[in-house]
Amino acid sequence: EICLLFCLFSLFRGIYFRGETGDDVVNVFYQKVTALPGDQPPVVMVTYLHFLHIRQGGLYWVATTTADSSPFTIVEFLNRLAALVKDYCGGLSEKSVQMNFALIYELLDEVLDYGHIQTTSSDMLKNFLQSEAVSSRPFSLFDLSNVGLFGADTQQSKVAPSSAAARPIQASREQGGRSEIFVDVVERMSVVVGSNGVLMKADVEGEIRVKCFMPSCSEIRIGLNEELSIGKSQLRGYGAAVRVDRCSFHQGVRLDEFDSHRILRLCPSQGEQTVMQYQLTDDLPTAPPFRLFPTIERDGTGRLILFLKLRCDLPPKSSAVNVCASVPVPKGAVSLSQELSSPDQSAELQSQNRAVVWQIPRLAGGTQLSALFKLDVPGLSSASMLEVGPVGLSFELPKFSATGLQIRFLRLSPVQPAPSQRWVRYVTHSDSYSIRI
Amino acid sequence: MPYLGGEETVRELKRALSNPNVQAEPLRYRNTVLRVVRAMSQGVNVSGLFSEMVKACATVDVVQKKLVYMFLCSYASLNPELSLLVINTLRKDCQDPNPMVRSLALRNMSNLRLPSLVEYVEQPLTAGLRDRAACVRRVAVLGWAKLYNLQPGSDIDAAVVNELYSLLRDPDPVVMVNCLRALDEILKEEGGVVINKPITHHLLNRMKECDVWGQCEVLRVLQRYRPQSDDELFDILSLLDASLVSPHPPVMAATLSLFLSLCADLPAVSLAALERVSGPLLAACGSGSREMRFTALCHIQLLMRSVPGLMGPHFKRFFCGYAEPAYIKQRKMQIMVELVNDENVSMLLDELKGYCTDVNTDTAQAAIQAIGHIGRSYSDRCLEILTGLLGLKQDHITSAVVQTLRDLVWVCPQCSDTVCSALEGCEETLQDSQGRQALLWLLGVYGDGVSSAPYTLEAFIDGVKSEVSLGVKMELLTATMRLFLTRPAETQDMLGRLLHYCIEEETDMCVRDLGLLYYHLLKCGIEETRNVLQGRRSDPSLGVLIGRPAQPISQWACSFNTLEPLKKGGTVTQTASRGSPEHEASKPKTAVELPETLDCSTISPIPLFWKCWRLKLSVV
Repeated sequence: EICLLFCLFSLFRGIYFRGETGDDVVNVFYQKVTALPGDQPPVVMVTYLHFLHIRQGGLYWVATTTADSSPFTIVEFLNRLAALVKDYCGGLSEKSVQMNFALIYELLDEVLDYGHIQTTSSDMLKNFLQSEAVSSRPFSLFDLSNVGLFGADTQQSKVAPSSAAARPIQASREQGGRSEIFVDVVERMSVVVGSNGVLMKADVEGEIRVKCFMPSCSEIRIGLNEELSIGKSQLRGYGAAVRVDRCSFHQGVRLDEFDSHRILRLCPSQGEQTVMQYQLTDDLPTAPPFRLFPTIERDGTGRLILFLKLRCDLPPKSSAVNVCASVPVPKGAVSLSQELSSPDQSAELQSQNRAVVWQIPRLAGGTQLSALFKLDVPGLSSASMLEVGPVGLSFELPKFSATGLQIRFLRLSPVQPAPSQRWVRYVTHSDSYSIRI
Repeated sequence: MPYLGGEETVRELKRALSNPNVQAEPLRYRNTVLRVVRAMSQGVNVSGLFSEMVKACATVDVVQKKLVYMFLCSYASLNPELSLLVINTLRKDCQDPNPMVRSLALRNMSNLRLPSLVEYVEQPLTAGLRDRAACVRRVAVLGWAKLYNLQPGSDIDAAVVNELYSLLRDPDPVVMVNCLRALDEILKEEGGVVINKPITHHLLNRMKECDVWGQCEVLRVLQRYRPQSDDELFDILSLLDASLVSPHPPVMAATLSLFLSLCADLPAVSLAALERVSGPLLAACGSGSREMRFTALCHIQLLMRSVPGLMGPHFKRFFCGYAEPAYIKQRKMQIMVELVNDENVSMLLDELKGYCTDVNTDTAQAAIQAIGHIGRSYSDRCLEILTGLLGLKQDHITSAVVQTLRDLVWVCPQCSDTVCSALEGCEETLQDSQGRQALLWLLGVYGDGVSSAPYTLEAFIDGVKSEVSLGVKMELLTATMRLFLTRPAETQDMLGRLLHYCIEEETDMCVRDLGLLYYHLLKCGIEETRNVLQGRRSDPSLGVLIGRPAQPISQWACSFNTLEPLKKGGTVTQTASRGSPEHEASKPKTAVELPETLDCSTISPIPLFWKCWRLKLSVV
């Protein structure tokens, strides 16, 4: 049972479900969490109190509970709660939580009764919630600052900005919001490349998310690649098959056409839901998206010279955005001089992280960039080279799925009376992409 | 928004709430109420507005009603008399044609938590149990639990309990699950809701109607059931197989808990369940939510206590992501250490080597310790990495390496030559007391192999006056005594100085007593001293340790799916970095042995001596 629930670093203080607990409990947690540097593990104990928290949207979502309750349930619940708040408020930030506190109180009142979880289905909840969401920013389809992050497959001519789906779901009813549905294929890569350039590990975690803003959507059909095979043994179709190791589905998905035609059928609830999750281990269909060719040496004056060549091995039509390479450097490095191959890149020495961070806003497939860093490190010894550790890359690959999973079609039935828009978007993120030196 | 002082805000809100013009306009009225609740959520004490808010409760605006109820429930216990006024409105709302209003009123009526109002609440709750709308029944069922917790020890109304049992057959799954929860609380003293065969089968059949949370609740309650025959048991197990591999981690974990409790007497079946659940657990380790990852990792550690090879083929899944928080990295390293075998050892060591220079010192030290652990079975490769790290000359790394070497050499005495040659020069980099203690221990025990050992000790002895750490002083005394036994000529003079300092000048009783003990011991003769100080060496048969023996599942089954595995340190006991290994490994044995090796005249300081060690261990 959840005794007390609150979310921190905002004015929204907490709801007490059981017993007489007060604001002092919130303060106890606050002090405990802020007293130590770095992230705290999700379970924090203060005398007899067990706090379980998650971090989402820059906020702590905290529940106090008893020692014998299930951490899986509470962590999942807190994640779901954060997702619901995101759906209903149109975003997750301290500001949106503050502006919508009445709505969130109302939501919590329906979701939890006496510390017991009642329902978290947005279909059920929408009947009970009365307050209107206050959107923290005006919504505009032509918010050009974000254009280009996602590609639209069904409407080649138009591109939906990544912020398009960040709005309250209830607006679709009262405020004349458009009738839209977004289907996102989101993949996270975690890759380790050895110092000899050999791929040591390559895992992909993927999911298909449906975000629905349609007041009356009875059923959608999502067609995946017909040659998609699941598991090691199964092979379908001819040529290069798209393969995943494991997949699991939302319980509302009907799979009667999945085995034969790879079609998912479901009746989406309003808001966001993960329809399918899949994993691929150690067997990427294509080459890993980046290769790094580092040269590291000490020059005569005791300076550390780092020469990095970064090659993007994506197909020429694709490109990577927000690429950031973080190169650990020896402790005590004081100054950095840099030569970068184009002016839009930037690099800085972050002393507290002991790393040189090289930022590349955009890197097209098939191209190569280089950077030369010279670092002054007092007392540089040959052993210090050990500290120039694995390079971490973070990036986003819009319009790209690492597994090759594609959505062939997206059909709504019955055919919507009002004009409705369907968006299919792909994005691959780096979960952890490290290259050993 | 300007933040007004609390009292000013309350006065202003009071004026607005009692203004008839505001009350006449529904939207303005609602907004004023909203401001009251906002102030409440900011921590302003708005209890003074109670009577105005009671009036604001009588409205047709549902949003306003909700806000007012929220306020009333927070402050009702401070105003028990005024709360009586609300009851009438609430009871009227319980008759409202709109089921949403009825459930709202009923929920808040039972949330008021005032024993004086119990008599008014019972009747609407009874009616609520038979309401046509499911949402009202859900609230009514839990309302009875709240009512009973309000008056602990009061008689349990059998009629209500029977009604709740019969509502287990309610068509709405949430009502059914709430009945389980309510009965569990009402019948707490009798061991909770009774789960017999018909109820079990009913619940199992209806599980698929429930959502994730309901399923978890049902699975939890079913742990109390004991099947009457093996046939029934296996029927239940096969019915639950789909939820065992559920993509929802809460359901998967609850099902495994149930499996383990049902199959407590069938270890083979339990092991098969662990194998089956490893896939979904691994998937949860790659979840987007890092808290979920952490939870799954901690539970994988539990499972590995019984099936050490469970995750063997998947060792790469436990490589750390560079952006992961330190608490996840440490768990992953603990798992990686357990998965080492001949094929993957070089890959794992390569990976761990990369973490040793992590910016986060906790991560770096944990990585070094992990390499030390692997060194128990693959000592050459690990020693090479560890001694290489000493070249970095960074205090936190050197400290962790020296502590790791100390622990390693205790388990694998055959490494001592390599360790000895690596120790030269470490004392210049070491800063913290843990690392220096480890160095002193090594110099004392293996001083004959380190040519510079007397000089290093001498530097310590010269600085002993300014030494603040009790542990370092104690270790220094013992190390100097030991070195004296192997290299008397070089050490005699400095030992004399140290003993003199400890006995004459030192203010700390523990150090002083230890000095006196050694002084008396030396008076008994060199052989006695040797017996006491060098009696304990590690047992060479400890030699190569690979993994831990598999534990029976019953040792941890009760803590599965609780917060226990997530707590600090988790399931792996941290033997490293806490004092000298001999006192960790063989404390009880030596405590019995020691008195026999000494004659009566020196016995007096001994109890104190051990007290010091106990003290030290508890302080550290």
